[in-house]
Amino acid sequence: MTGTALLALVAAGSALGAHRLTHARWTWRTPRTAIVLWQALGLAWGLASIGTLLGFGVAPYGQGVVVGVARFFADPQALSPVRIASVAAGLLFMLLLIAMLLVAIVGVFRARRRHRALLALVAHGDPEMPGTLVLDHPAAAAYCVPGVRSSKVVVSAGTLEILGPYELAAVLDHERAHVRERHDLVLLPFTSLRRIFPQSRMVGRTLDAVELLVEMAADDRARRHRPAKELATALLRFAAARPAPTPAGTLGATGTATADETSPIVVRVRRLLSPAPLPRPLRGAMLAGATLVAVLPLILYAIPA
Amino acid sequence: MKGLGELERTVMEVLWDRDNGATAREVGRALADERDLAHTTVMTVLDRLAKKGFLVREREGRAWRYRPVATKEAYVAELMLGALNMTGDRDAALAYFARSVSGDEADLLRRVLDEVEGT
Repeated sequence: MTGTALLALVAAGSALGAHRLTHARWTWRTPRTAIVLWQALGLAWGLASIGTLLGFGVAPYGQGVVVGVARFFADPQALSPVRIASVAAGLLFMLLLIAMLLVAIVGVFRARRRHRALLALVAHGDPEMPGTLVLDHPAAAAYCVPGVRSSKVVVSAGTLEILGPYELAAVLDHERAHVRERHDLVLLPFTSLRRIFPQSRMVGRTLDAVELLVEMAADDRARRHRPAKELATALLRFAAARPAPTPAGTLGATGTATADETSPIVVRVRRLLSPAPLPRPLRGAMLAGATLVAVLPLILYAIPA
Repeated sequence: MKGLGELERTVMEVLWDRDNGATAREVGRALADERDLAHTTVMTVLDRLAKKGFLVREREGRAWRYRPVATKEAYVAELMLGALNMTGDRDAALAYFARSVSGDEADLLRRVLDEVEGT
């Protein structure tokens, strides 16, 4: 039973850790490491939750989760109904997580294919910005459509209107950073978790936190080759020019946005203008911790107790 | 010779300019000034666009008459809705530079902008 109890502890611990991390600000000083930590926590939480249910179910065998589940399939009658229900719940939860991730992947690929096909018909290139597509629309928009073979960075005519040439270059660098670091893949598991628990405020805050870290990581890369102020003013000008989201019945990304210094845009700007990166040893320690968190449940799966 | 994608764009432009759609022959004729396209090439492009759902076609004698399903503006609007993240669906299909903000927040951002530019 020790292994199962420890798995339950890891599940609770990673949920608590995630809760603490959604309120943390030190993560902004090292967004990439923080993203890894989030991924490790998510993985640990999933594995440990599944493992707790499975482990409780096959506890009578006394051989750990992996061997226990194998024996369960060989001879399910040997367990009491409560234990069987626990194993079934564990397996169903695992299938649910995997299935929702696949659904999210398929949905994203469909949406992107449609988006690309439309871009090919209505967007046009610009000789001054190779590799970037322009959409003739007065509203400000800049984004990228990530892809395995070809990623597209798209800006609207409205964006070209409001940004100066250096600001625009900074925005394009930021978008290319998303593409290069495959931030879309980073976000995918978290958005699929959002679909499983649409009402959960905890999951919503997690997604907010990871999205902000991803933006900061792209900001950091864009800042490498040009003054941070260009990106900062681009960000402010751009965001201030955007129309407020008002589709009825939907709680938009900024439904709970606050008009103070905690606004994500202001946070990003302040951070760009006065960066305070964490020292390298601390980041190394964080990475080691993240690895341990991710691996721990797997070790506990194998403990025969 | 430009790629197939470029050709599809050009053909769509021709169809968007016409109220009544066009047959393959009419499209070929409209483009004759710019480029010399084989009739079969035009037919292939129209067929591909119809398969992708951008064109509908109906019989006209022995030929097909093709019409755009939506206007160019409607497609631009669809792309912008996705780009502005106003579809209400927080998916990871696109990565945005910055999300939409509320009116109050926009005021704040303008204040911060003045402050940053003043330094």
